Amino acid sequence: MASFTVVKQEEFEAQQEKGSAHVLRCLTSGLSCLTRQDGSVSLSQGDTTSIAVVYGPAEVRINKEQIDKATVEVIFRPKVGLSRPEHRKQERIMRNTLEPAIEAHLHPRSSISIIIQETEDLGSNLACCINSACLALLDAAINMNYMVAAVSVAVKENEDMVLDPSKQVEKEAKSIITYVFDSVNYQIVTIASTGSFSRVQHMEALKLAREASKSVFQFYRESVAKKLLMSE
Amino acid sequence: MRETPLSNCEREFILNNIAQQRRLDGRNAYDYRDLRIAFGVSLGCCHVELGKTRVLAQVSCEVGDPKQTRPHNGVLFVNVELSPMACPAYEQGKQSEEGIELSRLMERCLKESRCLDMESLCIVSGEKAWHVRVDIHVLNHEGNILDCSSIAAISALAHFRRPDVSVHGEEITIHTLEERNPVPLSLHHMPLLVSFTFFSQGKYMLVDPSLKEEKVMEGKMVVGMNKHRELCTLQVTGQMLLLKDQVLRCSSIAVTKVTKITELIHQALENDKQARLRGDKHGFAVLVSGDKVTSNRLPTTEVSVEKTEVSMEGQSSEEDSEDQSATNNGADISDKPDESTSKSSAVHILTKGVGMIGEGGPSTWLDLPQAIEKQQKVKKRKHRPAKAEEEEEQESSEEEEQVILK
Repeated sequence: MASFTVVKQEEFEAQQEKGSAHVLRCLTSGLSCLTRQDGSVSLSQGDTTSIAVVYGPAEVRINKEQIDKATVEVIFRPKVGLSRPEHRKQERIMRNTLEPAIEAHLHPRSSISIIIQETEDLGSNLACCINSACLALLDAAINMNYMVAAVSVAVKENEDMVLDPSKQVEKEAKSIITYVFDSVNYQIVTIASTGSFSRVQHMEALKLAREASKSVFQFYRESVAKKLLMSE
Repeated sequence: MRETPLSNCEREFILNNIAQQRRLDGRNAYDYRDLRIAFGVSLGCCHVELGKTRVLAQVSCEVGDPKQTRPHNGVLFVNVELSPMACPAYEQGKQSEEGIELSRLMERCLKESRCLDMESLCIVSGEKAWHVRVDIHVLNHEGNILDCSSIAAISALAHFRRPDVSVHGEEITIHTLEERNPVPLSLHHMPLLVSFTFFSQGKYMLVDPSLKEEKVMEGKMVVGMNKHRELCTLQVTGQMLLLKDQVLRCSSIAVTKVTKITELIHQALENDKQARLRGDKHGFAVLVSGDKVTSNRLPTTEVSVEKTEVSMEGQSSEEDSEDQSATNNGADISDKPDESTSKSSAVHILTKGVGMIGEGGPSTWLDLPQAIEKQQKVKKRKHRPAKAEEEEEQESSEEEEQVILK
């Protein structure tokens, strides 16, 4: 099953002319956009949008109970069709990224569930989902060791790097690497990649992504500060 | 997680208020909540807000075999998902009774009203036909998901475009969106569901129940209708008896509601079309207004990094220099056990595949030796220094293409 987007020829050409600029697309967040959850956020990175919600700490199903820490559950919901193995994989990446960030030992025998709904996938979907999940955790006021920020980098066929690639670039790219950094020392938390790339390319992409992640963290800070009516 | 139960005193309070012609949110008995319809960037993606209830619908299609019993028709599939996203009581992957009822009603409303021309979805009779799928995701459950999803589904169907197909003899060509303009589905009319809830043995009736009203209601009647006053669906649930007058009254209320909503859908579709034609920004991203305290916007930012300096002299020394650069950047790599054990291998993957580092937990790289072997075979790739960054500054012209109905 496929859903479609129309990219106008002029628009696409205009994008091509601008070349592989190292820009992070416009970030927009809406915290507490839903009402039934403990924390919710809708985040858009350019045209890619996702909604993440958090419940917790709440009661846990007896078979998932852990006596020393909270059970962290991540559910990813694709927009089209039922969840397939690739979505399960994405779910797992997100769970393994977010679990160490959450101070789960503060809430033993409880559950923290994070549900992420893809609402528009137009490039760098995984990064958008991770970022929205982190913002939702902040919105739900869950204790965290550090925040996480994900940034995607695409390596094009001609070896150019594109930061925060759009769908069209992703399709043509040789490889796509998603880096997740922590907010303390901007160190790597997760790398998820498809395709092949050299070590040098990896180093270059890493540097680029790390620089970009700083503005994502700044964006988190501003969003939460604005919600709490604080001035930086 | 279990649903929070409604306390007895709250229940009584709501019922007393209804008896005195008052509703908790200050609406009149026949009022809808505010309705907002927005479309996404992808075709057939519709987001509907009815008060605080939010629903997302996405239409998709693929080519498949038609049903044996109906070889000249395409296939329409409707899927309503009540995930824990909407409300903590729903469980993932388990259809609740409520979910099944909702799915069936939506399917009946869309299929049996024959609003979609199924024959136009046929490509080659008995061999190939379009399968159209409507996925409805409930994002927030604040009552009356049914009306909200029916609006979302029909708007999404009207917004959707499928790729054009041409048939020459035996040959079927599906044209890409760039090649030929995609074609809209042929929608004959727009059936919409309107729910009415009844209290005190059908004495009081409310339109568009909120979540708490749904919890205390005695019964519900759903009327499916289009703007031509044609009845498409009718369903009564709950333990109450209805008089003929009431049914007639409900259907006449439904007529006015449906006419209004249909108008709004057309208006929203037209707005979206105009925005697309003008080349303005459209989609969900521009709908978030930056002036709320809960929303924030970071404009497109340029990221600048210095070029990485990597010595490229000599194939033999390259291995060493690469290792050098790895240890220089040791701060970010030393905490990765995987990386340090496979010191010389940055695990090259020869074909387009999947590679991952730092999934957390124990190492999942079971085929590591194999990967190293592969790596040894790999010839060193030439590296070109990064191109100078170019600037891109884009001020998004904000185009509000939402329509609000009070």
